[in-house]
Amino acid sequence: MLTILIDGIAYGMLLFVLASGLAVTLGLMNFINLAHGAFAMAGGYVTALLMNRWGVPFLATLPFAFLVPALAGAFAERTLYARLYRRSHLDQVLFSIGLVFMAVTATDYLFGSQQQLVQLPGWLQGRFDLFGIPVGRYRAFLIVVCSVLVIGLQLILNRTRFGSQLRAAVDDQRVARGLGIGVAGIFATTFAVGSGLAGLGGALGIEILGMEPTFPLKFMVYFLIVVTIGGTTGLIGPFIAALIIGVGDVAGKYYVPEVGAFLIYLLMIVILILRPQGLIARAR
Amino acid sequence: MPTDTLTQPPTAVAPTTQGLHERALRNLGRTGRWRPAEFVFWALAAATFFFLPDQHLLLGEIAILGLFALSLDLILGYAGIVSLGHGVFFGVGAYVAGLISIHMTGEPITGLLLGGVAAAILGLATAPLLLLRASDLTRLMVTLGIAMLFYEAANKAAWLTGGADGLQGIWIDPIFGRFDFDLMGTTSYAYALVVTFLLFLVARRIVTSPFGLSLAAIRDNPMRANTIGIPVGKRLVAIYTISALYAGIAGALLAQTTMFVSLDVLAFHRSADVLLVLVLGGVGYLYGGLIGAIVFKLLQDTLSTLTPQYWMFWLGLILVVIVLIGRERITGAPATLWNRVRGMGK
Repeated sequence: MLTILIDGIAYGMLLFVLASGLAVTLGLMNFINLAHGAFAMAGGYVTALLMNRWGVPFLATLPFAFLVPALAGAFAERTLYARLYRRSHLDQVLFSIGLVFMAVTATDYLFGSQQQLVQLPGWLQGRFDLFGIPVGRYRAFLIVVCSVLVIGLQLILNRTRFGSQLRAAVDDQRVARGLGIGVAGIFATTFAVGSGLAGLGGALGIEILGMEPTFPLKFMVYFLIVVTIGGTTGLIGPFIAALIIGVGDVAGKYYVPEVGAFLIYLLMIVILILRPQGLIARAR
Repeated sequence: MPTDTLTQPPTAVAPTTQGLHERALRNLGRTGRWRPAEFVFWALAAATFFFLPDQHLLLGEIAILGLFALSLDLILGYAGIVSLGHGVFFGVGAYVAGLISIHMTGEPITGLLLGGVAAAILGLATAPLLLLRASDLTRLMVTLGIAMLFYEAANKAAWLTGGADGLQGIWIDPIFGRFDFDLMGTTSYAYALVVTFLLFLVARRIVTSPFGLSLAAIRDNPMRANTIGIPVGKRLVAIYTISALYAGIAGALLAQTTMFVSLDVLAFHRSADVLLVLVLGGVGYLYGGLIGAIVFKLLQDTLSTLTPQYWMFWLGLILVVIVLIGRERITGAPATLWNRVRGMGK
């Protein structure tokens, strides 16, 4: 029972790291980016390829799993996304679906359609006892890493100069620009960091979520659910939503396997009926 | 349009209400009038039946996809509802039509209508969810969520739907007891084309009616539409239900003409594809879906013969390029060109 809870929390935390970039672009900047999973996939593939082809240790690949998608994200933001911030939501949906299709087939073409497998280092395998509850070492590792990331992100958003500039730019672009804040640069940086975090999440998630070319399509819905349920005020809402989804999904698949993924969608629809703006809505 | 009375100088004699009424009627009549190009379009469609006998299978698919895209155009182009889960109505229509042929009757028209009605009921039941403080994002997620829900349900309810194996054993009787479904797809194409044409006529009547015009008002500015007395919520529910009916009939057509239903009809890519089809053809003028279906199927046909596994890549590229250039500029290009040619003639 508690093991399921811990598994669920680890899963939820992973979902949050994957979706946190989307929480900012979609939640704060109001850009519907269905291609977010493509950046996560990039991170996952970086780790898998570095480990399997060049024998780089798991932990050493993680910085690259962050940097490569981050650079790709920065490039894509400057060349493509920046043109679409002011366009209709339909345009954004079409554009990002197009990107997903391209990412899925390009990955299939380059690396084949099979699952990418990685061998975790020995000290992350197996289980240990925590007050008598067996806990997977990798799950515990995920919880620790993701907690650090969550707290770090929250501090950056709320306590630093960059964070307040970002919030200002999101709330009112024109006024922020008038105050001398470099809105374009801030958006590009944020997008890059979001993509990098997605990549990191993808790399951390290979063991749990798997990694194959259809990853962006398969998990797109989960990311979107986390952000829409979470609401669009900050990172706390999506974090709670990710935990609910994580625990709900793991528990659902364990106790009522015949229902399967059904539960998650039902949960989302019910939450959206009760709170259309998400769990934590902007006070107006 | 009647608004030009507002720009007249105040000294001009105000037209009587009687005159205004007549002018409004005339303007309404003009939007509903058939243009020559439309006759040409349908004449060409009918001609394909006689002159392209080898292509009837492909043409039948085009007609069905066109009808499906038309149903999406009713909500997206005329009422401004963005949906990522329109495929659910298509899938429900297909499954219901398939089940009816197995358990009740093989008579095609019954299956077609009941498939459509089942989808319409689902549309009516889920439409209120779209009105929840409707932001585009909530709508996208709710439609997507419902579609995923039904996909999972159909996957798990294998006793009813055959699960991942699909629904087998569908047999459709000849239409009106006379026209047998053949392997070449000739009957199927005629059937699909006639149904699509009839439903197109109805849709055309709907969007040029005052009801259709009120939808356009809602699309352009829901708040203003509300203040001039249009019941926004009811109208949106109504058009969503009609659109679901259309999508359900398109799904039923597919089930009947292929005599097979698989989980694929409920998959996410159906909803994404139909959006793409509509965008290729242009949103908001009914022919968009039909033209888009032709372009899409021809593209799919050529691209998948060139690169069987990777044609999705080119599809994605086309989408990205369309959005970057701007949808209005692409669909507006013929009109702009035509105006320029006419302008030179003067």
